[in-house]
Amino acid sequence: MKNTIRQIFHSPKFVAGFSIFVIILIILFVYPLINPGDPLQMIGLSSFSKPGTYVSVYDAIDTEKAIMKLPNADEKRLQNKLSDEDRIAMKEWLLATGTPEEEIDITDTDHLLKLWKDKYDPSIKPKGMTMAKRNYYKRLNTNLEKALDANEVVIATRNTEDGTLDETKTVKDTEYVNTKDVVNSIYLPLGTDNFGRDVLKELVSAAKTSLRIGLIAGSIATLIGLTFGLLAGYLGGFIDDFIMFITNLFTVIPGFILLILISYGIGQEQRGATTVAIVIGVTSWTWTARSVRSQVISLRNRDHVNLSKLSGHSLARIILTDILPYIASYVVMALILQISTAILAEAQLSMIGLGPKTTEVPTLGLMMNWSMLYSAHTHGYWWAYFPVLLIIALISFSLNLMNTGLDQVFNPTLRD
Amino acid sequence: MKGYRKYFGKKILWFFLTLFIAFILNFTLPRLMPADPVANIMSRTARGVQDAAVTKAMHESYVKAFGLDQPLIKQFITYVKNALTGDFGLSFSQYPRKVNDIVSSAILWTIGLQMPAIIVGWLIGNILGALAAYIRKGFDKLLMPLSLFLSCVPAFGMAVILLGIFAVKLKVAPIAGGYGYDLIPTFSWTFVKSLIAHYQLPFWSIVIISIGGQAIGMRSMSIYELNADYVKYSRFLGVKDRKIVGYVFRNAMLPQVTGLALSLGTMVGGALVAEVIFSYPGLGSIILDAVTASDYPLLSATTLIITIMVLVATFVIDIIYGFIDPRVKAAQFD
Repeated sequence: MKNTIRQIFHSPKFVAGFSIFVIILIILFVYPLINPGDPLQMIGLSSFSKPGTYVSVYDAIDTEKAIMKLPNADEKRLQNKLSDEDRIAMKEWLLATGTPEEEIDITDTDHLLKLWKDKYDPSIKPKGMTMAKRNYYKRLNTNLEKALDANEVVIATRNTEDGTLDETKTVKDTEYVNTKDVVNSIYLPLGTDNFGRDVLKELVSAAKTSLRIGLIAGSIATLIGLTFGLLAGYLGGFIDDFIMFITNLFTVIPGFILLILISYGIGQEQRGATTVAIVIGVTSWTWTARSVRSQVISLRNRDHVNLSKLSGHSLARIILTDILPYIASYVVMALILQISTAILAEAQLSMIGLGPKTTEVPTLGLMMNWSMLYSAHTHGYWWAYFPVLLIIALISFSLNLMNTGLDQVFNPTLRD
Repeated sequence: MKGYRKYFGKKILWFFLTLFIAFILNFTLPRLMPADPVANIMSRTARGVQDAAVTKAMHESYVKAFGLDQPLIKQFITYVKNALTGDFGLSFSQYPRKVNDIVSSAILWTIGLQMPAIIVGWLIGNILGALAAYIRKGFDKLLMPLSLFLSCVPAFGMAVILLGIFAVKLKVAPIAGGYGYDLIPTFSWTFVKSLIAHYQLPFWSIVIISIGGQAIGMRSMSIYELNADYVKYSRFLGVKDRKIVGYVFRNAMLPQVTGLALSLGTMVGGALVAEVIFSYPGLGSIILDAVTASDYPLLSATTLIITIMVLVATFVIDIIYGFIDPRVKAAQFD
């Protein structure tokens, strides 16, 4: 036993997979300790806020200021104000007034503004340009001039008696606040989702639930598969035929379809995470049964098994002491694979709206489902779905890697 | 010919048996639902009806219309009879459209998308896996972890990633649908062009996913075969390397054919969810619609059709396998 474990940990593939898996596990259990709270709490009222640190604008006004002169601060400000559409419009004007195209580079703000200052003249009426368009350019020009000149913003409060605005503060363009000094601020490494929930916190909780689903479903599937495989392989005869008939049947009838039918039959109300896990486990045992059976058949007529039989040992004892130890490595491998397929199955099921009930726990599949329902993928809100996919792939990858490593240890023909 | 006849006879028998069981499962599983089956349609039609006697009468008429007052066996026979003649009843959510109309067009989309994608993915995967086993060294070191990782990305995940990169970011592919929303299906050049453009992303996302798993399987099969005694013996005899590789490839390929038959169900399941991501007008999107609208007749028909499609495909693969496996061929001399 000790020797086997040492051998397993000499396989680089297993070690790589194992490390990834353990790291993920540690993160999943440590992160809630650092950042406690309800993972489903809706902190944002707007959906899909970008990842980053959010500081309260309101509190920032009263926070102690530091005066700084950062290089290129003005330029950055302008760059931020000039939208892509404005840039393209400016290019159009410049082209219409006869500036050669190769001189205009709309990505270079400095150069573009210089060109604009030189060439723009509200009195010019380029051919074919409508009045509305010319007015748009006039507004754009005044906006640009304002942006270049203004270096002070006035903060005012409304007088409760007569409704006039009283100036309380001015904010200069050289004032900065330390984000740590602002009383109310939150760091959202992965932004928020469609409900305004912290994606990272939700993801950690979801990954844990999904792992639990995988573990339950995988154990059930392996247990059923193992029992059926052992019985069919060892007993043979009618029981073998019968079990193989059922196994073959459920191999050809797509498990995914069964999953859909059963989940639909259970109904939305009864579908908790555990129920879904059980359903997945019950529908995915077939190939484990198949392979356990073929392993047992090759073991059935070995000398030590025959010896046990002659000694009058009971069926349970023969299976437990003479057969199980020989296929134990195989069963562990099957379990690992079952866990990873179960996690995928949950995700797929949730994607078509048959996942666990939505109000209690997040799962990886439900997070995917929500972000797809709110079209995060077509709007480019990558933080709502990409981390979820990455976690699914990483968990599944680490498990498969462990499995390949084990395979190479126990199947010498596959060794490199 | 006796061996063949026995093989095919067994396969045909098996095909009809599984078909029958599939019918039973499709019929019974949703009926295990504790809720009243008519409640759903009642909630839609009886909205605003105050009189209790009227709702009761409505309920009874629905129970009669759907044949729920008859014994289960009779219901099952009617169900099978109707399904075989292609009559799946009326859709709840898109009433009064027939389930037939909704599903029949979707079948073509799904077959057109999934069959080529799975076959192409399977072929590419096998070739890459065989190459990895034969070349080893750098190619293998790179390909193995990559295919392992690819096979771990769920099909819908690959779909979302491809969509994000090519449709949203680079804008080189359309975002959703089977063809442009501004078009009507005709055999015009613009329609075909739009069709092909919409086909690319779903197609490649399924292909890429299936490559990974197949490559891994083929690689281990090929390595196993390359270490087999007959290869060593042939090497001693001085048989040309190219010829040995041919043998090895062929022998490693055979289990892969059965492997395809066995994994078809899983692959189709994954591809159906990928369809949902692209709102491809196939059966996957219909399942989503049926689930969200709790449209039971539609869901039932869709799952039955997918099951039948997978069964037929598995049957065809089994038949092809019978022709290419020399062991089945050898059996005819018994």
